[in-house]
Amino acid sequence: MKLVYFAWVRERIGKEVETVTLPADVGTVADLLKWLKERGGNYAAALEHPDIIRVAIDHEHVTHETPLPRDGEIALFPPMTGG
Amino acid sequence: MTLPCVPHVRVQAEDFDVAAEIERLAGGRRDVGAVVTFTGRCRDEGGRLAALEIEHYPAMADSQINRVAQEAARRWPLTGLTIIHRFGRIEPGQNIVLVVTASSHRKAAFEAADFLMDYLKSRAPFWKKEHPVQGEPARWVEAKGEDEEALKRW
Repeated sequence: MKLVYFAWVRERIGKEVETVTLPADVGTVADLLKWLKERGGNYAAALEHPDIIRVAIDHEHVTHETPLPRDGEIALFPPMTGG
Repeated sequence: MTLPCVPHVRVQAEDFDVAAEIERLAGGRRDVGAVVTFTGRCRDEGGRLAALEIEHYPAMADSQINRVAQEAARRWPLTGLTIIHRFGRIEPGQNIVLVVTASSHRKAAFEAADFLMDYLKSRAPFWKKEHPVQGEPARWVEAKGEDEEALKRW
């Protein structure tokens, strides 16, 4: 699975993109955020408050209850401040 | 019922020319009775801000802005619609975003432009970082709850 990060999520994690192999029990977006946070260090700092993290799967906004696809691009970022 | 117009969407680092964008939608046309433009600009926050740095998610920015534009074209009888959003370093007084809506009548043009700005704020993947004039570290702008609230009008 390809993960991409933006804004302060990117800065805190310390990378823009990475490819991860998820355990079988990581089934939803919420599971993914929990799994990443449990990696500790920079991930724990970036995902301290997982509720505020916004997520997109293949460029579409999704909720934390959304099931993860088998493959694809998952983006994690803070609430947007464009316009 | 006429077909919805085809929106013109650009995400770019370069500045834009508001007059040229009005001409694109209204030039040579006799059916366009109203053109509304909204230009979002970088303000200096009372002299405190040196620049904004705007980060974006390129593939998603294009698709999300196009989706919001198509929704506006479906809901209002527009003859033309342009959205331009810049990224990169932008200084006070410079342009950030442009929405141009054209229609036979003003109400559709005003409403569609207002709708588009509300939706861009909460759907388009852009993030602003403030670089202060003096010494202090740069900081990410926080999203406002009122922006999410504004969507309920539509």
